[in-house]
Amino acid sequence: MLELHSAGEDALILYLGHETSPVIAARVQAACSAIETALGDDLRDLVPSYASVLIIYDPLRTDHLSVGHRVRTAVSALATTAASAGRSVVLPVYYAAESGADLETLAQRRGLTVNEVISIHSETEYRVYAIGFAPGFAYLGQVDERIAAPRLATPRQKVPRGAVAIADRQTAVYPAVSPGGWNLIGRCPTRMFDPAATPTMPVAVGDRVRFEAISRERYLALGGDLS
Amino acid sequence: MSLEVIQPGVLGLLQDRGRFGAHRIGLTNGGPLDPEAFGYCNRLLENDAGSTAVEISFGGSHFRSTVDTFICVTGADMPLTINNREKPLWAVHPVAAGDEIRLGFAERGCRSYLGVAQGFTVAPSFGSTATVMREQIGGLRGDRLQPGDLLPCARITERRLYQLLPEQQPHYQNTVTLRVIPGYQQAHFSRLQQRRFFSHAYTVSERCDRMGYRLEGPAIACDIDGILSEGICFGAIQIPADGQPIVLLNDRQTIGGYPKIGSALTLDAARLAQLRPGGTVHFAPISPHGAHNALHLAYSVARRQPLKERHLD
Repeated sequence: MLELHSAGEDALILYLGHETSPVIAARVQAACSAIETALGDDLRDLVPSYASVLIIYDPLRTDHLSVGHRVRTAVSALATTAASAGRSVVLPVYYAAESGADLETLAQRRGLTVNEVISIHSETEYRVYAIGFAPGFAYLGQVDERIAAPRLATPRQKVPRGAVAIADRQTAVYPAVSPGGWNLIGRCPTRMFDPAATPTMPVAVGDRVRFEAISRERYLALGGDLS
Repeated sequence: MSLEVIQPGVLGLLQDRGRFGAHRIGLTNGGPLDPEAFGYCNRLLENDAGSTAVEISFGGSHFRSTVDTFICVTGADMPLTINNREKPLWAVHPVAAGDEIRLGFAERGCRSYLGVAQGFTVAPSFGSTATVMREQIGGLRGDRLQPGDLLPCARITERRLYQLLPEQQPHYQNTVTLRVIPGYQQAHFSRLQQRRFFSHAYTVSERCDRMGYRLEGPAIACDIDGILSEGICFGAIQIPADGQPIVLLNDRQTIGGYPKIGSALTLDAARLAQLRPGGTVHFAPISPHGAHNALHLAYSVARRQPLKERHLD
């Protein structure tokens, strides 16, 4: 599937599928590289997501017809891409009631024990499908159906930095204190966004992520806090 | 050498042209809500386009210069005084160390730009000095101006006293027509809903800020309530479940899952950002072609506006 629509005066959106899958994610990744090469300096920004790429160009240098033509040519020339391996990243998580305010409620609602929720969450390998919402906020999928949970009816005003959370079949680590409506199940001591670090984020779109359950002591030793 | 912030006013933010190329790590654009007024501020001061200036919302600001330089204020009609003497906006003024610069509250429009010769010299983060408070990035400490902040700038002794004549200045009205390129999830809005959207007036609600302007008016229904999260471009108009449109601006989230009926032109979004709660908004459809022409025409006209030199009496 390849659909290209206008999105705005300086943007086109490319759809490569309709659902979340590693195969579509790989196509999104491949399309991004091809578009960067094809547009060069006419490109201002790219926003890859689950099944789409938002292409923002410089409207004083080029126009939607030229960009559309170059994008179509570049993307249709892509060979069927195998799901790229991506890097493998392990993120430690302290799963507990004191670090994940919704852990027990989620377990009860899904008819599981807390330990079952933890092992299901940490045994799955996730893929980084998109980065957005806030700097360093990585959308990871897919969460096992058994522990999927809808967003809270009333979002929290303040979710702590490092909070590990679930919304539907997505999971994420909050990179900074922010409002949020996802179900909190633990805390990760790894900083997901550090403007002073190189790279600024431990993960990129296309990477594979696994969570590793750690103890309270280990969490604190790794620099985590429980405030 | 700097301008010292005595009172930042309602909201003072350092802004350059904005942050581009960092959407992939989730950073939004920031930058001036009214690029036209911001652009003139730098052009009048003979600065590089996009030099860092202060965006002042609503007014009520007070600065003290610690250096001899030149300043210029463009945008909403906040009364400007230097040492309690009234001075025109859209004009370059010399200031000396110790001078007091005050901006009163705007009566029409609500965003102004205070620039200095050569711009404020602030270290960029991710290629830009634009302040985005939600991300705690840019400006000083990633935050709004506070009393006591020092805005670094150079000592400058020569500048032409350029001004933009009143007939060349934009006039901010209480009504704005946003030209909209239908796109994104347009197909999920029925013809009736699209007609409703384009034929009714909407009012700016209290919930309007640098992220977006939430409007109130006839609810627009969409066939779907959400989509797989995708990139959101500047000016995109989201229709959440309650049917009330939100026009997304400089500090918007980079991705989201609400359906979008189209995107407003940047030229018109600049005028939208000069509206306050209660202002009126109309939407008019425009093709991508028409938008491209409108943009180029506006840039070409702005670039060729002659600046007149003033002489001090």
